[in-house]
Amino acid sequence: MTSFLELSTLDVAYPPRKVIRDLTLRMSRAGIGCLLGPSGCGKTTLLRAIAGFEPLRRGSIHLDGVELSRPGWTLPPEQRRIGLMFQDLALFPHLNVTANIAFGLYDWNVAERRARVDELLKLVGLEEYAGRYPHQLSGGQQQRVALARALAPRPRLLLLDEPFSNLDVALREGLAREVRSILLREGIGGLLVSHDQFEAFAFADEIGVLHQGRLLQWDSAHNLYHRPVDRFVADFIGQGVLLPGRLGSNGRVSTELGELWGTPPVDCTVGEPVEVLIRPDHIVRDDASPLRAEVVERVFRGAEFLYTLQLPSGARLLCLAPSHHDHAPGQHISIRLDIDDLMIFRRGGD
Amino acid sequence: MLSARADRWTLWVVGIAALLALPILTVFATALQPAGPVWRHLVDTVLADYLANSILLMLGVGIGTLLIGVPTAWLIGVCEFPGRRFFEWALLLPMAIPAYIIAYTYTGLLDFAGPLQSALRETFGWTRHDYAFPEIRSLPGAVVMLTLVLYPYVYLLARAAFLEQSAAVLEVSRSLGAGPWRRFFNLTLPLARPSLIAGMSLVQMEALADYGTVQYFGVSTFTTGIFRVWFGMNDAIAAAQLAALLLLFVFALLVLEQLSRRQLRFHPTSARQQRLPRLVLRGRRGGLATLACAMPLLCGFVIPASVLAVWAARTMPQMLDERFLRLMANSLLLAMGAAGLILVLALLLGYGQRLRPRPLVRLAVRGASLGYAVPGAVIAIGVMLPLAAIDRNVDGWARVGFGVSTGLLLSGTLVALLFAYCARFLPVALHGVEAGLTRLRPSMDDAARTLGASPRAVLWRVHVPILRGSLLTVLLLVFVDVLKELPATLILRPFNFNTLAVRTYELASDERLADSAGFALAIVLAGVGPVILLSRAIGRGRLEP
Repeated sequence: MTSFLELSTLDVAYPPRKVIRDLTLRMSRAGIGCLLGPSGCGKTTLLRAIAGFEPLRRGSIHLDGVELSRPGWTLPPEQRRIGLMFQDLALFPHLNVTANIAFGLYDWNVAERRARVDELLKLVGLEEYAGRYPHQLSGGQQQRVALARALAPRPRLLLLDEPFSNLDVALREGLAREVRSILLREGIGGLLVSHDQFEAFAFADEIGVLHQGRLLQWDSAHNLYHRPVDRFVADFIGQGVLLPGRLGSNGRVSTELGELWGTPPVDCTVGEPVEVLIRPDHIVRDDASPLRAEVVERVFRGAEFLYTLQLPSGARLLCLAPSHHDHAPGQHISIRLDIDDLMIFRRGGD
Repeated sequence: MLSARADRWTLWVVGIAALLALPILTVFATALQPAGPVWRHLVDTVLADYLANSILLMLGVGIGTLLIGVPTAWLIGVCEFPGRRFFEWALLLPMAIPAYIIAYTYTGLLDFAGPLQSALRETFGWTRHDYAFPEIRSLPGAVVMLTLVLYPYVYLLARAAFLEQSAAVLEVSRSLGAGPWRRFFNLTLPLARPSLIAGMSLVQMEALADYGTVQYFGVSTFTTGIFRVWFGMNDAIAAAQLAALLLLFVFALLVLEQLSRRQLRFHPTSARQQRLPRLVLRGRRGGLATLACAMPLLCGFVIPASVLAVWAARTMPQMLDERFLRLMANSLLLAMGAAGLILVLALLLGYGQRLRPRPLVRLAVRGASLGYAVPGAVIAIGVMLPLAAIDRNVDGWARVGFGVSTGLLLSGTLVALLFAYCARFLPVALHGVEAGLTRLRPSMDDAARTLGASPRAVLWRVHVPILRGSLLTVLLLVFVDVLKELPATLILRPFNFNTLAVRTYELASDERLADSAGFALAIVLAGVGPVILLSRAIGRGRLEP
């Protein structure tokens, strides 16, 4: 499969600070991706570089095999056919819904423009609001106008800069799913920037974790969760703890929970101190097990409880258990490990 | 591609800015030339007078505007008394009257042949030598005239400062036992000081720039000196040297104003702070407050405007002919054209700066803003010198090359006048445009760009429509400024080309005050427009002086 969006060894800088460092990424055709990272990780800068607002220090950006940016040369945003949905939406306050959506269609002929605007109004379910102005719409409706406006000129790729973050949590994931299905239907690639992993999981097929300007991992949600490449990703995605251990031969790790097996990092040598990733769903309550831990905290999550458990050494674990098993803090329970792929990291490494 | 485009914007902005800064640079460059006999003559004879009169005028107007502006601002901002809401905006009305016009009306009213002295003589049977009446056409007279029309600047800034003062500070001082007078002098006034100094320096710049009033009153200042040297002694270098000296004064005031504005920023003036309950003045005290606000309004607007109206009613029937209409059309078209041009340039500079916020562009835009505060007479000299040099060269070259004389291509035409207006009034427009643009979030621009709009299209399809209201206000402000501009127009207007301001000046200089009233009234009426806009901004409480 040819790659659709291709970023090669990018550096982007706001002198004197490098915001994006040596970033390489390939997105497949009409795929839906997400750049996930804490605030300040450079994800918005990367998005702006793809849209054509930030020049490159190094590397190149290609879309459909055509170069868009290289150091010293940036194709202007208006010639890229890349749409952008903003966190603050940036609707034009002087134009009504119809005119906002039609903004990018000014060189279309009247009939086509009208047809396209009608199509989009229907797509986002705003037919009845066509004549309203942005300030007369609710937050969710404004979001839909912004989406329709960005989609109208049939961009090749739609970039989304945390456009859902102003909505309340209940609306957020729903709208993310909805936008996803619209993009798939229209055959437009999408790249979302977010700091919220659940939004990312709901929206994207492939997710990249960005930290301090570097892309740590570009992978499916499942792999990010179960096979994080490093401690930061392991910690940032999902919940879990890193339990200390010592590496033996053949990927054997001896820990307080017993002997575990996995694939150690290539540069680890036998006898080295390591850490293993233990997710809450790796720990199963099992009365037959000899392993005992004390409940120190309990959070009700509806269908399940999230327990914080303490081992005799003082190390703590997280454990998800169906909510019909209720254990008060102070109680001891028996647990068993159930891990398919054990992730092993060097201790104290990054 | 982006870099080529960016360079084009940078080039435009830097080019326009350099052109607009040219007059001031010319004045300084010319002033550095060795002094000729005229300059030495000036130094030996009248320069000391120019200096003394200019400084006295500056100080007098500064003190006068503080004496009127601060008490009225305090009454309006802090107290409650009959008519407060009316005076709040009406106190701005004198701004609509150019200083030279108020000087004409009071001269007509108060000089020997005027109605007041005539009435005194008739009533008491006096003759010329029986009584002493202060001469209005004097330095003190000029101070009073300028004070009457310039105090609103101080009033505006002082009022805003008093309104912003936090209730908490005043309440604390009260709990510490400070009475109302001590609170005013030890707290309210010192807290407002940066605003008062900023207002006073603005007023003093205007006073230094005045030509019409001091010329009419026969007071020798820098501006009248520049005219005398330029037209009377035909010495461009000496005129430029006088202009440069005047500019040094102006820049000193500018620095003072900027410093006090910077100081303003450190004062805690949050809008969220609790407003102080107004001090209610009733009975005799309320009456005195009303009177205190009525006097400046009466003397600064009602009386002069009424005098103009009465005169105009008497003389207009004869004056209203084809020539009057042509003059009117000339003036309005010129002012509109200049305002439009200035607005477009301001948009280019403001938007260029938004598009390319690099140091070079910022510096260029600041440089273009220098014309603010530069007296019209100085700008005119700075425009005339380079344009005349170009004309001379083109003419000489054409004579040699083609045997024809091209004459005055630039310096004797409207080009020179428009150039001067741009250099003088662009900062006014730029201030408005920049204030408008900063209210638009940058994501708006970016959204339009990703939808296929070029930078130019963003300006025309997004910014201009959204900022329509602010841009119209800017247009009106500049229009009125151009309409009443006198000294630069006098120096630079093409032969036989007249404007309302120039015609008013000519008729008044010929002692035909009543005949000039129609033209003057037209200028005043046009000037009321911006004052109404300003007062509406005050009403909405988002006035930014």
